[in-house]
Amino acid sequence: MSRGLRPDPWTVLRRLTPARVALGRAGHSLPTQEILQFGVAHAQARDAVHAPLHVATLAANLAPLGQPVLTVVSSAPDRPTYLMRPDLGRRLDPASAQHLDQQRPGPHDLLFVIGDGLSALAVARHAVPLLTHFHLARPPEWRIGPLVIASQCRVALGDEIGERLGAPMVAVLIGERPGLSSPDSLGIYLTRHPRVGRLDAERNCLSNIRPEGLPYVEAARRLAWLCQAAIQLDATGIALKDGSIDPAHLAPPNAAAGA
Amino acid sequence: MGYAATIASKRYVFSDLRTLLARASPLRSGDQLAGLAAASAVERMAARLALADLPLRHFLDEAVIPYEADEVTRLIVDTHDGAAFASVAHLTVGEFREWLLDDATDTAALAHVAPGLTPEMVAAVSKLMRQQDLISVARKCRVITGFRDTIGLPGRLAVRLQPNHPTDDPRGIAASLLDGLLYGCGDAVIGVNPAGDSVPAIMDLLRRLDEVRERFEIPTQTCVLTHVTTTLQAIERGAPVDLVFQSIAGTEAANRGFGIHLALLAEAQAAALELNRGTVGRNVMYFETGQGSALSSQAHQGVDQQTCEARAYAVARHFQPLIANTVVGFIGPEYLFDGKQIIRAGLEDHFCGKLLGVPLGCDVCYTNHAEADQDDMDALLTLLGTAGVTFIMGVPGADDVMLNYQSTSFHDALYLRGLLGLRPAPEFEAWLAQVGITATSGALQGLPPQIAAALEDLTGGRP
Repeated sequence: MSRGLRPDPWTVLRRLTPARVALGRAGHSLPTQEILQFGVAHAQARDAVHAPLHVATLAANLAPLGQPVLTVVSSAPDRPTYLMRPDLGRRLDPASAQHLDQQRPGPHDLLFVIGDGLSALAVARHAVPLLTHFHLARPPEWRIGPLVIASQCRVALGDEIGERLGAPMVAVLIGERPGLSSPDSLGIYLTRHPRVGRLDAERNCLSNIRPEGLPYVEAARRLAWLCQAAIQLDATGIALKDGSIDPAHLAPPNAAAGA
Repeated sequence: MGYAATIASKRYVFSDLRTLLARASPLRSGDQLAGLAAASAVERMAARLALADLPLRHFLDEAVIPYEADEVTRLIVDTHDGAAFASVAHLTVGEFREWLLDDATDTAALAHVAPGLTPEMVAAVSKLMRQQDLISVARKCRVITGFRDTIGLPGRLAVRLQPNHPTDDPRGIAASLLDGLLYGCGDAVIGVNPAGDSVPAIMDLLRRLDEVRERFEIPTQTCVLTHVTTTLQAIERGAPVDLVFQSIAGTEAANRGFGIHLALLAEAQAAALELNRGTVGRNVMYFETGQGSALSSQAHQGVDQQTCEARAYAVARHFQPLIANTVVGFIGPEYLFDGKQIIRAGLEDHFCGKLLGVPLGCDVCYTNHAEADQDDMDALLTLLGTAGVTFIMGVPGADDVMLNYQSTSFHDALYLRGLLGLRPAPEFEAWLAQVGITATSGALQGLPPQIAAALEDLTGGRP
């Protein structure tokens, strides 16, 4: 330990929270190790934001689920545009729109869109295991539509995809805004009767899906519950909010805004 | 009526006041997203030339959002103090900038004129000001409020202790809370952003925070930052509510998007005042704002995001908050693209709030998808310190593990107070010394016995 480092004699608190407590200090500032650890975490989060979604790999990993896989892109042509223009990430590019219009998916109860959002890493890591668990948690009679992989995707892109494929309900699996401690957090947004122009208040959300956060089994169980409730109510959004969901795993409203 | 200016024999015309304000605004991604930004650098300067010549009086005649259509406009117009306005009524926007900077315009003069200023006037003049102007004038403004301690006194910097936890775990929250207190933070408020919003869970958090405050007899206030309707229910059911929190915006439509309207805020303020829990003052509201919030709910009505933000401060000042802060970099790069835009916006917001008479602090922050980093935050933090910012955030290690963004840390507060010789709120400062967290010099001195005992309770005495 160098002469300048003053550890905090309450490091015991670190057992109680993932927050960066009891870091110690050097003068008014952080110990060098803490500055570096923070820098590493920020670098990981930055890389997660800018990492591309490897569509072919994801499609191959989704294949064992036995559903047809479609791929689309939004109107945002690249990552910088995607970050600056959320409106473009909410609409399909014309070729993708045409591609979907040519599909004739059979009648189905639920459509999955798997979009990169702000963390392709989250989708690459968690989409397949989450869907696998959902397959076990859902009532077997539900018909699942094709799995749609969407690049440069915002949550609302699911509305146009669902509308063009005639889906009665869409669940968008999407990479959430990376935090320093969670570069790979997956979110799910469920929308009944998707169509362009749906409001965020008309969706339900499960957030922070990753092994260190909301585990796959639990996320799949809650998604199945939400789907069932949405079918009964014939609606998603504010109307569906109810005490049977642990509020701890509903996203804070602001965190969803960037998705 | 239209506005025009000519640069190099090209005439630029702006159809109405809101367009003029938007085109004059410093470049930012949110105005570009809304299609409101100037198309070129020269057009932006032409708008500023036209704006500089506009009489301040004109702002009383032309609303950026119609009176009939928007209750925020009605609030601004109906509460305008003509007598206070008289001292600047003869000025253009450009002359108003010079008046603000004039050495003869002191703290008392600025306080006197505040009720006569509309947010649009203040936004307009900010668009003609450089960052040093925003700092110089804000530093002259003084907004003092109180609840259990006094916020906003000269030479003081308060800190909101923000001990968030991803699942609202009480022991996790307590751990961050103790860490913050031991760094001298928490005089603005001890305020938790909850992960959930059920009334029983919120009430439980409120009780636990209040217990900590009472156990250590801390002269500060606690808050759970949940929706105003939830807080109202908690008050009805007997929860110990010090401050009512709410996010607010500068248009009626954007506030509707937040699920609020002015009468609801008034109801909540009255309910909190009824509890009569303050000791040194009766400021019971805590507001958060941020440029881009109106646009994000498609409720900006053609008004640029900085002017919308200033209008939010008109809402805030009507309810005499203890504290209000802009969450300047939280909303993302589609509104403030990079460190440069975030820094400018933070200084604008602080200036506009203070000039209107709002006790403005700043959540100096950024998200990982913005082109910004800790160096940008250090720059804004230091600049705001020199501008006399009322309070900043204190988050363990600057990493909010619940909201997934980077704010300022307990260390940052220590840095800013040390660098600029700023001290905590006086009542809180005395408490820090009495408990033994600080020495008489104000320097931190480790772990005092009383807190050590609490640490043991929390961790079961195990190392």
